[in-house]
Amino acid sequence: MVMDDIKILDAVERYIRGEMKPDERLQFENLRKTNAEVDQLVVEHTLFLQQMNQFGERKNFKSSLNEVHTDLTEQGKIDSMKLKGRSKVVYLWKRYKRVAAIAASIAGITTITISALVWAFSPRANDNVQEMSRQLEVMKKVQRDQNAVVNDIKNQINTDKKAEKKSIQFKSGGTGFLLDGNGYLVTNAHIIRNSKNIVVINNKGEEFDAIVLKTDNAKDIAILKIEDKSFKSIASLPYGISKTVSDVAEPIYTLGYPRNDIVYSEGYLSARTGFNGDTLSCQLGIAANRGNSGGPVFNHNGEVIGILSTKETESEGVAFAIQSKYIFDAIDQLKKDTAYQSLKLSSKSSVRGMNKQQQVQKIQDYVFMVKGD
Amino acid sequence: MKPQTDERALLEGLATSDKKAVETIYKENYNMVQSLIINNNGSSDDAKDIFQEAMIVLYEKVRSGSFELNCQIKTFVYSVSRRLWLKRLQQQNRYAAPGDSMENVVAVEEDLEEHEQRNAEYEMMEKAVSNLGEPCKSLLEAYYLQKQNMQVIAANFGYTNADNAKNQKYKCLMRLKKIFFTHYKNGNGDG
Repeated sequence: MVMDDIKILDAVERYIRGEMKPDERLQFENLRKTNAEVDQLVVEHTLFLQQMNQFGERKNFKSSLNEVHTDLTEQGKIDSMKLKGRSKVVYLWKRYKRVAAIAASIAGITTITISALVWAFSPRANDNVQEMSRQLEVMKKVQRDQNAVVNDIKNQINTDKKAEKKSIQFKSGGTGFLLDGNGYLVTNAHIIRNSKNIVVINNKGEEFDAIVLKTDNAKDIAILKIEDKSFKSIASLPYGISKTVSDVAEPIYTLGYPRNDIVYSEGYLSARTGFNGDTLSCQLGIAANRGNSGGPVFNHNGEVIGILSTKETESEGVAFAIQSKYIFDAIDQLKKDTAYQSLKLSSKSSVRGMNKQQQVQKIQDYVFMVKGD
Repeated sequence: MKPQTDERALLEGLATSDKKAVETIYKENYNMVQSLIINNNGSSDDAKDIFQEAMIVLYEKVRSGSFELNCQIKTFVYSVSRRLWLKRLQQQNRYAAPGDSMENVVAVEEDLEEHEQRNAEYEMMEKAVSNLGEPCKSLLEAYYLQKQNMQVIAANFGYTNADNAKNQKYKCLMRLKKIFFTHYKNGNGDG
């Protein structure tokens, strides 16, 4: 019975796609005329395939739009950078101006004087804002010059360090991933515990020196920064960091370095809490190995939902990840130090809507092996 | 004369999702739409959303075989984006009255009506596919969207032969059609 149904559907699909030979086609058309059920199936299935095609086309087109967007932004051909500096001020000002305008019209005749004041003062406020941003530019330049000097010194130290690096024995290893194009990485605190020297290696095998900016042993999170002049900063990362935990049963995947090559594995979110109900983490059903520690856990939109951290020793295929919202906490604490004000996490992924292969293609360059001595 | 043939070539490229054409249209129009949105209470994320939706409207228009825009691509994209943004502002009950700094706006209501219909259908299929679960979802996507043949699918998904894969595909397809048509029959017509 079922076998027949499969054969009929197969025939219907070939008929719709025009893959039948003339005599077979004729035969099938006769069947259609005599068998109302088959005829109905053809009509229904044509509609369905049409819908399916449109769905696929749009899905592909959407992901190619995202790709184009990221590419053009990187090449600087469109200015879609996050609003900052002057354009942000202009944006806020425009919003404010509109509110002021509404307020003025509501106030109407009775408060003509007040609204007059609003209008009288507002342009001046604008001038101030602009002036300040220009001053900021000057300050920035001074700062840049200073940074350049500092960097020179740092580079000198680095080259000294490189000379002695050959003798360093790396003992611990894991995975880490970029949070920001300027070389800020997150990994597990336990990977780099007691390490004096840390190097991170990308999937092309390029090595960069990194320093620890912050460790939180309780949450097992460490923030690193690449301090290496051969590292070029990246305009925008293809993935964002999610502030919420996904739903149970959502498919997830990770990229990491359980060995010297980057390795992909996938699974699902088993529970929104971790071992013994721990609310810091969540439970995953995924095959993970030692070196996967510190690796990103992505949902199907390519958003980071956690950092892979531990696995259950008694059962295979059970692992735990630190929830991604604690990355935001760690960054917020780091930002109390004014040196890191520019660090900003994105919560939007540009790989959203792409299939897994395309996502991994885009993401893999930003996942690093982390080694400490 | 020349620009017109260029525009037509771009649209034909778009219809086949030729990357060069998509990039060119994107590059030439993005900043214009972004400043429209930002000057009217929006953020750069809004701009990206709206612009990409306008691109989809244009894409589906040319996909359906109509290369006759009766105006420049720029004007069309601008008009659609403007309309979409006004609508979104209204939905959020936000004050809006984009001043027309660009005098060139064409009527796009019909295109948008069609777009909305397609949006609804797209969402229905998206929901149906995501309700399906694995391995059905990947299996059907491999066959119907990536157009892989059954031998390849059988190998990739670990089925012993193409017939087994076909069997599994059939079961998955029946489930998907059932979910889809339940929504389609309920949802179509009255939105």
